[in-house]
Amino acid sequence: MTALAICGGRLVDPAAGIDAAKDLLLKDGRVAEVAGPGKLKGKNGVEVLNATGLVVTPGLIDIHVHLREPGQGYKETIATGTAAAAAGGFTGVAAMPNTTPVNDSPEITRWMQAGERGAAVRVFPIAAATRGSKGDTLSDYAALKAAGAVAVSDDGRPILKDGVMRESLAAAARVGLTVIQHAEDTRMTQGASMNLGPMSFKLGLRGMAAESESAIVERDIRLVAELRDSHPHLHVAHTSTAAAVAAVRQARRNGLRVTCEVAPHHFLLTDEHVGFYNTHAKMCPPLRSTADRDAMIEGILDGVVDAIATDHAPHAMHEKEVEFELAPNGITGLETSLGLSLRWLHSEWKIPLGRVLSLMSAQPAALLGLKGRGTLTAGSYADVLVFDPTAEWTYRATESKSKAKNTPFDGWPMQGKVRWTVSEGRVAYAGG
Amino acid sequence: MNSAISTTRRPRSTPAVPASPFPYHPGSLLSILDLSVEDVGRLLIRATELESEDAIVRDRILAKRRIALLFYESSTRTRTSFELACKALGADTTLVSNLSSSIEKGESLKDTGLTLRALGAEAIILRHNSSGAAWLLEESTRLPVINAGDGMHEHPTQALLDLRTILAHLRPGVAGVAPDTLAGVTVMITGDILHSRVARSNMLLLPRAGARVLLCGPKELLPEQAARPGTGIEIERDFDAALKQSEVVMMLRIQAERLAGLQLDLDEYKANYQLTGQRLAAHAPKAIVLHPGPIIRGLEITAGVADGAQSAILEQVTNGLAIRMAVMERALTTDRGDRA
Repeated sequence: MTALAICGGRLVDPAAGIDAAKDLLLKDGRVAEVAGPGKLKGKNGVEVLNATGLVVTPGLIDIHVHLREPGQGYKETIATGTAAAAAGGFTGVAAMPNTTPVNDSPEITRWMQAGERGAAVRVFPIAAATRGSKGDTLSDYAALKAAGAVAVSDDGRPILKDGVMRESLAAAARVGLTVIQHAEDTRMTQGASMNLGPMSFKLGLRGMAAESESAIVERDIRLVAELRDSHPHLHVAHTSTAAAVAAVRQARRNGLRVTCEVAPHHFLLTDEHVGFYNTHAKMCPPLRSTADRDAMIEGILDGVVDAIATDHAPHAMHEKEVEFELAPNGITGLETSLGLSLRWLHSEWKIPLGRVLSLMSAQPAALLGLKGRGTLTAGSYADVLVFDPTAEWTYRATESKSKAKNTPFDGWPMQGKVRWTVSEGRVAYAGG
Repeated sequence: MNSAISTTRRPRSTPAVPASPFPYHPGSLLSILDLSVEDVGRLLIRATELESEDAIVRDRILAKRRIALLFYESSTRTRTSFELACKALGADTTLVSNLSSSIEKGESLKDTGLTLRALGAEAIILRHNSSGAAWLLEESTRLPVINAGDGMHEHPTQALLDLRTILAHLRPGVAGVAPDTLAGVTVMITGDILHSRVARSNMLLLPRAGARVLLCGPKELLPEQAARPGTGIEIERDFDAALKQSEVVMMLRIQAERLAGLQLDLDEYKANYQLTGQRLAAHAPKAIVLHPGPIIRGLEITAGVADGAQSAILEQVTNGLAIRMAVMERALTTDRGDRA
């Protein structure tokens, strides 16, 4: 019934191989028609968004966010987190299960997707891989998938036991789910609050060795190789070290289904950005060395990195205004991901626009098997981002739609301003 | 390992590293790097002047000014000398410790600082078990904050009093400090460098006064990256070889409270790194021996050496009082305004 036309823009739809002037007609939450400029047939009486001079592209998909509901609504709610997502150009976000209680059940998985949550864009729950994310007993993957879970993960509480991780990969493969691992050998990182290196020595903080990440990635890849006949899919969350990217690259060469994501802060910042104990530069995995950061850029350039994901981790201000070692891990990211990616990946490091957008939409959608997302061919979901690719602006955390303001990117120059975010045919965000 | 490890194939512009995030109070002393070499020289001269000043005159310098000592860790030397230094200048002091205050009930550092400010504190001297705590307190209160030791990070007044002690022995009569004042002098720091804020502050100060700093200790307590913070810092793991090169021998305590599960064979440690009279006589018979305290007799240092003729350990303590007078005078008589 509801219809919307987006006319006059440049359609960049990498999955469909389109980068051309096209008009779009959206009807009943789906793409009804893609036509040359001025050639839409069924647009009589339909509301039109004028996209002249703008880029029209599949809505962005962030496969790694923390929306904090249920249980931690003082940090963020599904409504505020998805409002920030819409403002950042995202039409879909995959929410990690480290809520209170942990999302290890079909009931919570459904609750998160219910209309009463007031989500501005689509929420795809990632369910806990083990009960209570305790790393001992698997949750019920088939039931979770039926309830809408798109993957399983014990994000933040990595699965350390080899046997449990093996079971998880095998069980997920049986029902067609991805296992997302936060790769950190927590036995090596006790009491540590930043990357191990000259900077942690200088600041007198205990450091996390790069090996604490790569050891788990390498272990997990070994398990995937052992199980290769059942085709498990391992996805490495927020890759931060050169060695972890190298391990993923090698696994892919060996024909294993191993994918990985990188967060903007890991392809932009280094442990030097911790500066004078800036708790907005504290996250896990931590900001790493310059060589690691450069390896993230290389990984994006050579294609081993499958997706840009933000690890949007909102915290209340009072939680971050404490001693560095006591501050919780994490920063927000939904409103800065596109602006930073265009500013640095595209303009500075010359990655074609289509490839940057693909890393933020088509590829993450494919990675989690989100059918009809990440592309705008006729029949797809009407998830559309319309943005001005050349507009430069400054991010102000105080103006964030998120409840949280914990970002190291406050005051940073951004490129590419979101004009409209359309989620399943409905305008979820209209920017200036 | 494959090619991704060495990826700096081409230079690429990347976001700039941030400078100091906020201009802090010019009276604050958070890091020894807050002081230029000239500043250090001025403080040392002032310490000497204050030390010999008439007690009645001195008492008026900070008469009735309010200074809070906020201590999250136990301390004998630092706390007492700061307190006596403040009182010698006529200031009123109050001590808040984590074990007998609302900190025990969960009050945050920020709120504790704001409470002290509301009670009229004009400066806060902070000892804290978390590295960087002094920055948080300064940002929260905007008062002059004196870092009296933050976790494993820094202890700037200790470095100043160590420098004063070294100068008194090696450069008697020299008042100020210049980049070449300690040219040709090697200061070795031995022991638990990893956990030591004293080592870090000295490493950031002594090379700027011309000294060469030699770090000595086992890998567990002295990681390779320790030598990287600046020039003039080297690692020599052989204790005897380091002693032979040094005019100043600074010993550090093993910080059992910060070892965090690290297993250390103390007998082996003693065999390799304990400063004994025999070793000192054989390799560094003229060196002065320093230790920031507390000393654990029979572990890193023998009682004979601690009490011996080469020991300047108690002079360090006395020097602490003079240095802290100068630092507190600076804290409360420097006007606000962005530092140059």
